[in-house]
Amino acid sequence: METTPFILPFTIGLLFISCFLVIIIGIWISSLSRIDKSRIIHSILTKKSWFAIREIVMESLLHRKIFRKNPVLGYMHMSLAFGWFLLIVVGHIEACNHYQTFSVPAYMAIFMRYFVTEPSTTLSGKILSASMDLLLLFVLSGVVLAYYKRANSRLFGMKKTTQLKLGDRIALISLWLIFPLRFLAESVSAGIHHNGSIISHPTGELLASIFPVHSFEMPLWWAYSGALGLFFFALPVSRYMHIPVEVVLIFLRNYGIKVQKRIGGYSRIQVYSCSRCGICLDSCQMSHAAIKDTQSVYILKHIRNKNLTDEKLFNCLLCGRCQPDCPVGLELNNLRITQRIESTKEYNSSYEYLKNGKIAVSPQTEVIYFAGCMTHLTPAIIKSVKEIFAVAGVKYWFMDEEKTACCGRPLMQVGQYEAAKKLIEHNRMQILSSGVKKIVVSCPICYKVFNEDYALPGIRVMHHSEYLLELMADKRLPINKLPLRVVYHDPCELGRGSSIYHQPRLLLDEYVELIPIKNEKKTALCCGGSLANIKIQMNERNQIRDTALDEYLAYQPDLLATACPLCKKTFTKSNKLPIHDIAEIVYMAILNKMDIEINISTQIEKANADKNLRF
Amino acid sequence: MKHIVIIGGGIAGIETACALTDAGHWVTVIEKDSQLGGKLNNWSYLFPDFTPTEKITVELQAKCRDKDFSILTSTEISTILRKDGKFNIETSSDQKLEADAVVVATGYELFDAHRKEEYGYKIYDHVITSADLEELLKPGGDLTVAAGKYPKRIAFVHCVGSRDEKSGNHYCSKVCCITGVKQAIELKMRLPDAEIFCFYMDLRMYGKHFEELYREAQEKYDIQFIRGRLSEASEKIDKSLLIKSEDTLSGRPLKMNVDLMVLLVGMEAGKGTANAAKACGIGCEESGFLKTTDTFLKSNFSEQEGIFLAGSCTAPMSVNDTILHARSAAMEVKHWLSKR
Ligand SMILES: Cc1cc2nc3c(=O)[nH]c(=O)nc-3n(C[C@H](O)[C@H](O)[C@H](O)COP(=O)(O)OP(=O)(O)OC[C@H]3O[C@@H](n4cnc5c(N)ncnc54)[C@H](O)[C@@H]3O)c2cc1C
Ligand code: SF4
Ligand code: SF4
Ligand code: SF4
Repeated sequence: METTPFILPFTIGLLFISCFLVIIIGIWISSLSRIDKSRIIHSILTKKSWFAIREIVMESLLHRKIFRKNPVLGYMHMSLAFGWFLLIVVGHIEACNHYQTFSVPAYMAIFMRYFVTEPSTTLSGKILSASMDLLLLFVLSGVVLAYYKRANSRLFGMKKTTQLKLGDRIALISLWLIFPLRFLAESVSAGIHHNGSIISHPTGELLASIFPVHSFEMPLWWAYSGALGLFFFALPVSRYMHIPVEVVLIFLRNYGIKVQKRIGGYSRIQVYSCSRCGICLDSCQMSHAAIKDTQSVYILKHIRNKNLTDEKLFNCLLCGRCQPDCPVGLELNNLRITQRIESTKEYNSSYEYLKNGKIAVSPQTEVIYFAGCMTHLTPAIIKSVKEIFAVAGVKYWFMDEEKTACCGRPLMQVGQYEAAKKLIEHNRMQILSSGVKKIVVSCPICYKVFNEDYALPGIRVMHHSEYLLELMADKRLPINKLPLRVVYHDPCELGRGSSIYHQPRLLLDEYVELIPIKNEKKTALCCGGSLANIKIQMNERNQIRDTALDEYLAYQPDLLATACPLCKKTFTKSNKLPIHDIAEIVYMAILNKMDIEINISTQIEKANADKNLRF
Repeated sequence: MKHIVIIGGGIAGIETACALTDAGHWVTVIEKDSQLGGKLNNWSYLFPDFTPTEKITVELQAKCRDKDFSILTSTEISTILRKDGKFNIETSSDQKLEADAVVVATGYELFDAHRKEEYGYKIYDHVITSADLEELLKPGGDLTVAAGKYPKRIAFVHCVGSRDEKSGNHYCSKVCCITGVKQAIELKMRLPDAEIFCFYMDLRMYGKHFEELYREAQEKYDIQFIRGRLSEASEKIDKSLLIKSEDTLSGRPLKMNVDLMVLLVGMEAGKGTANAAKACGIGCEESGFLKTTDTFLKSNFSEQEGIFLAGSCTAPMSVNDTILHARSAAMEVKHWLSKR
């Protein structure tokens, strides 16, 4: 087969990047845990692989998720990814067709228009070369949009776009040049040989009539090959690493692999899969407090560049608002926690004072009630839960009445994993030795850690909103609808963190008039009070809180409901809107109903109790 | 004759009004409550020397009668417009007034103790504020916590809603430390068997006789001062309270059972002052208290020419300081009017 020196930059680049990828991905996969490796082995020949391939087509090539968020941005990503993919595939078919063999080297397909000097004569050849022209046009339209996006990102529905480093700059420029150069080189060759197809032919003829195209041909093909080679060499140090790595990520994710508490091959793969599309910037409420450099995209970039500071790593609410928006589906919260654990010098507490005494719980006990440290700071919630339990006749053991060990999650969020494990173990032993099969918690922070990091076989963990709903369904709670318009604020750890969206709403629906709002459930706002952010200033927290409150105030509710003591405390500080936990509201409604049903003398007593809950 | 409108009829407002009437001006006091006197009406005996508040209010009332200035109670201002060097004022009861100068003397409001929910105000039966206690300390006030039972152990909690980033107030309310000392002594005199503890961060005994009173509280009345901020309280079945704190002097966590807890609530500028500031178009500090143009020499001047400030709407202050600040406001108004 023919050859020419200008194929060298491309061929060497391709060789380099292939070796590099095989080695680096090999290292990552070999550093997975034994369990994860066996997951791969057991899944590879199942339909999970098929799901992965389907996902790769839908997300890596077609970019469906970005499309949904913003069609223009989606088109840009799709034309570049899917268009380029088709150019490679169809180009290869074209070359196979032309040379009538299946063993065509890559460069022959890529530079075919240089080597083929006569026009295609067969019908299949004509169709293929026309498609190649159209595909190149499709990719070029994406490149034009990309130029435009750099200059002006409004059109793409994004307020900010990410900033570039040297490796990225080289890769970006070579990527931007590849397709225009290919177009010019192919057109010029077409002009010289009077071949080409529907677009390259007329363009070539036009160029040939104006310029001395003979002297341009070689430099253009060299430049095209050079741009490709440069792109391959810059790939490992650029964000475009996400293109190959995301494919691996999708397979592993479909095999059930998850980010662990410690950094490993899979968390690296996640980090490298970030395309720096910047979509996660838009949903982050930290920008309401003018904090603009600590969002997920930057953290992942700094991890890659090995220049992450604690200042940035710990300046995040772990609200998880950015996570559902990430088109790559990265586990942004867990990645950040993993990184925090990595960068935390262990806090040396032995917690020796925690004594695992024998727990004597009455055999009739239905549930354990665990209020949590935060709820101890909002005693109205504890009081309401206790009163509701009394009304429903629930037999419970108040595990942390005298306040015992913390649930461990706040420590975990700030990277104190070893310390958290000690607390977890202590509480776990207490729960297990009580023999009770249900534990009700009032704080979403506790709820999440009990569910995810406590091994409690056979024990059901419930947030009080779930449990109260169950009591109501079992007709153990009276129902009474109060004439109050209520906005429900999803707590981050309960909503996005634990997917409890419906139970609190179903419960509230029975007791008040619930107003649907724009930012709820997955896109719910964070109150700003998160314990996970240890770098933020109080006034910045207040700004985040007030922006959220202003949004709620626009619905003119009588009160704001939530299901988290921390959200309650955070919002209470602002004094703009009364805020109550769901348990307080249920208790209020029940009291109110009993007032009507019971005689007048008790009414006065209850009225005092009402006052206690301050409506 | 020049006409001066004073917004707020607490001691600051009354004192300014009296001084300006003496100077030969015509004065109108606009008070949103049904009576004059402000917070003073709620207190029993005043620190630092246990003067019965009534003694002061009676004297103030007599002065008001003597001086003969106009008083509009249960009234607020709705708008103030400046026109040809005069202020055109419209009130909530649709009266129209024309004034040559305005004095804002709208005072403060008590910190709402609900906002510090961890202390259980209105959730636990035996948690009260210092303002509630003033009511109980009036002659005939009932100090029992349950039928016929007097509290045996009492805790005072300092800085509730002051010096506390979490409540959003960074400043010190200045009078609550000494109020706590005064009330602790009064309680001890009424309930000699009770043990009394004050939980403080540090004690601000800034005024004349304050430090002496504090020493007396320790030596003569055996009141114990514990340095440490209370973290939380919980209620037991018998309605007594379990409080948690840290003794920062000995560095030990501390748990204690008490029968009554008194929250020394701080001062906030409050809605009354915010409304007046808005109507007058004058600025507030970050704390919410009204901005003066100079800390030293112009502590009665607002950002608007012709609008003056008097009393605790500019910063937390005691009755004494309020009276002095009000008199200086009157002097500044008089001087300013004479130059026009
Ligand atoms: C618990 C406690 C105990 C205290 N005990 C003592 C003590 O023993 N000795 C002592 O020296 N000091 C004491 N003080 C301080 C004392 O209360 C103040 O110094 C004093 O009340 C300040 O007076 P003022 O006139 O500036 O404000 P205020 O007393 O607050 O009076 C302001 C008046 O303005 C009115 N007003 C507000 N807004 C408007 C509006 N927009 N339009 C019309 N009217 C308005 C209000 O209704 C009020 O009548 C105590 C304070 C507290 C919190
Ligand atoms: S983390 Fe996700 S959303 Fe954010 S830039 Fe990376 S790929 Fe985009
Ligand atoms: S978790 Fe929340 S605070 Fe952190 S980067 Fe994402 S959106 Fe921003
Ligand atoms: S006067 Fe004392 S109790 Fe009041 S805010 Fe200042 S330090 Fe705290």
